[in-house]
Amino acid sequence: MNKLISTTALIAISVIATTVGASARDQIQVSGSSTVLPYAKIVAEAFGETFPKFKTPVVESGGSGAGIKEFCKGVGENTIDIANASRPIKDTELKSCVDAGVKDVEEIRIGYDGIVFATDIKGPDWALEPKDVYTALAAQVVVDGKLVANPNTKWNQVNPKLPDWDIAAYIPGEKHGTREVFEEKLMTGGCKATGAADAIKAAGLDEKAAAAACIAVRKDGKAIDIDGDYPETLARIDANKTGVGVFGLAFYENNADKLKVATVNGIKPSTETIATGKYPVSRPLFFYVKKAHLGVIPGLKEYVDFFLADQMVGPDSPLVEYGLVAAPDAEREAQRSAFAAGKTMAGK
Amino acid sequence: MTDTTLNPAAVAPAKVVRRDIGLKRRYAAERRFKIYGITAIAIGLFFLVALLYSVISNGYTAFWQTEVSLSVKLDEKVIDPTNKRATDPTVLLTANYPILVRNALAEKLGVSLDDKPAIRELSKLVSDGSRSQLRELVSGNPALIGTTQNLWVLTGGDIDSAFKGQIDLSVDQANRKVSDRQVAWMNTLAKEGAMAQRFNSGLFTFGASSRPETSGLGVALIGSLYMMLIVLCLSLPIGVAASIYLEEYAKKSRLTDIIEVNINNLAAVPSIVFGLLGLAVFINFFGLPRSASLVGGLVLTLMTLPTIIIATRAALRAVPPSIRSAALGIGASKTQMVFHHVLPLAAPGILTGTIIGLAHALGETAPLLLIGMVAFVANYPVTPLDPSTALPVQIYMWANEAERAFVERTSGAIIVLLLFLAVMNIGAIILRRRFERRW
Repeated sequence: MNKLISTTALIAISVIATTVGASARDQIQVSGSSTVLPYAKIVAEAFGETFPKFKTPVVESGGSGAGIKEFCKGVGENTIDIANASRPIKDTELKSCVDAGVKDVEEIRIGYDGIVFATDIKGPDWALEPKDVYTALAAQVVVDGKLVANPNTKWNQVNPKLPDWDIAAYIPGEKHGTREVFEEKLMTGGCKATGAADAIKAAGLDEKAAAAACIAVRKDGKAIDIDGDYPETLARIDANKTGVGVFGLAFYENNADKLKVATVNGIKPSTETIATGKYPVSRPLFFYVKKAHLGVIPGLKEYVDFFLADQMVGPDSPLVEYGLVAAPDAEREAQRSAFAAGKTMAGK
Repeated sequence: MTDTTLNPAAVAPAKVVRRDIGLKRRYAAERRFKIYGITAIAIGLFFLVALLYSVISNGYTAFWQTEVSLSVKLDEKVIDPTNKRATDPTVLLTANYPILVRNALAEKLGVSLDDKPAIRELSKLVSDGSRSQLRELVSGNPALIGTTQNLWVLTGGDIDSAFKGQIDLSVDQANRKVSDRQVAWMNTLAKEGAMAQRFNSGLFTFGASSRPETSGLGVALIGSLYMMLIVLCLSLPIGVAASIYLEEYAKKSRLTDIIEVNINNLAAVPSIVFGLLGLAVFINFFGLPRSASLVGGLVLTLMTLPTIIIATRAALRAVPPSIRSAALGIGASKTQMVFHHVLPLAAPGILTGTIIGLAHALGETAPLLLIGMVAFVANYPVTPLDPSTALPVQIYMWANEAERAFVERTSGAIIVLLLFLAVMNIGAIILRRRFERRW
């Protein structure tokens, strides 16, 4: 009995091992940002339905950084073809790509994503400004011209127009691409607006340390890092009705019956206000393609073309319906012609 | 008076004679301990009931899916406008089937096809999954073109959630995914009996999808099945062979002690570590494909081996030495003794350990993350080399989705996984009860 099992297992392994060598990959493999994942899934599924001769691409999620790392492992069938990212690739990452033999990387911008503040649907209206966010959530704020540890405990201490709620903000954790946008657009902006930036510089910090001090979030439990995805933030808001959460626009739009969105600088976030640039907190979404895999992995070129077509990322497309903010016409056209021309990032 | 003062003194010595054995105190301690025990069990039961309640109350609706009954006219002008299907088979695969369903629905609800905004809203009532449903129907039997078919078509995910009462319809319609007009249509259809909840077989057959109504556990079930087969075929023979050697053949030495310590340690290593190992060894070194259930199975095998070895060694040790002596005494060789007598007697214990190890492996996600199995996979895996996911991975992926309809699916998938685990564990208990022998 035992002998039988072990011999069959051995045979199975050897059969599998021989087929591995022979089989070529006929499926596109994508990895990366969990923000881009829903869009990539919609395109992948539509791609599989529109082109019956290609298989539906496999889309992994694990975060922008992890995806790019996997992408930069090298060229070949055992490496992924596309990395999704909710932020541009860093120079150090690109360098590691080139070092590993991934010399030609094509950058493709698919559109924009808005980042919104939202509270429980039954709460009052919220109108935020970057300086409110900074004053409520920064580690250090300026009081009477001096830099002190953040003393604010209620939102109405920050701005009398805001409700009398204890400060409890659920913000994306450090590993999220969203966190960088939050820091860049709100914390840095608020830091300058409140005069904290000058105070920090006056304290004798150099440029880099001052920038880091500006985006430092208070650690006394009032600003809570959420390392999971948006459903976790939603669950926290459900449990604490006076909490404020940071969401992607698409997630908010899918759950608008449970959440009330806050305006920033008086602008309500929507695909229109983000596309025109009126709503300040938005970021571009990207994916990166390995040029060496084009023409080798069946369907890869068609997939990218399909992704960039107006029927996927145009103003009236399934991705926009899900919550993506379409790029302006000229920019979409530029992306398409850049890909057709095979423009790569190797110049950096 | 003197009597009364003396009497207590006279009685008292008699009482002192009885030794104080702390009977009351010891009974009290026993009662206290019983209360502690009952409290501990009650806390455990409370959390178990809370977990089951939340999973089942959220998830039971996932087993029913809202569908709408339509008589769809398979119009030749829409499916094959240029009449090329005889020469070009892709015509039938890429035809615009959703239009047919939309038109049938518009006819049923009396909406004019020229009313574009209404048609736009109307088309969201039915799922885009109708495309593949009609495609399979028509390409399977092209003779149906031109006829009218009565079909049950899936509704869109948001309509499904609204029909099940999971979307708060009291809020302003700008703040929800279904408009008032769609709700009115929904109610009309429901009154006519044309919209109803039917058993959701798609939950078990569909692969992953971005649309909640057409996403299912199909790929995950196959992936999990492949991985369990691989784990069983590899870890059982390797684990049993290793334990028999260590228990029956190897001489006790420092080396075997070190091996024993290491096996016990491995059993406690966090599973993510095995994922890292799998990535480094199986994918990067051996060049096996990413996201394949073969790699997943190999990683889980490594994770399950220590559990099986420990269980098998315990089962072998429980076989009394008299059996071994008797077998050797009547002239059996050592190998005959092991395989004819000791192993069959230890089998129930070995199988129980194996099933528990398998159940453990079935519920594992962390090691699969690093080998690319936490992924969106829409095509069925044909061989263990094709990309696939696993049951717990699908739960994790669905839990991170934005759409409301994925909430019930997440809990529905948890119910399916719990049922599998329960069946496996009950199997282990039955095996133990049936075949275990006591000496």
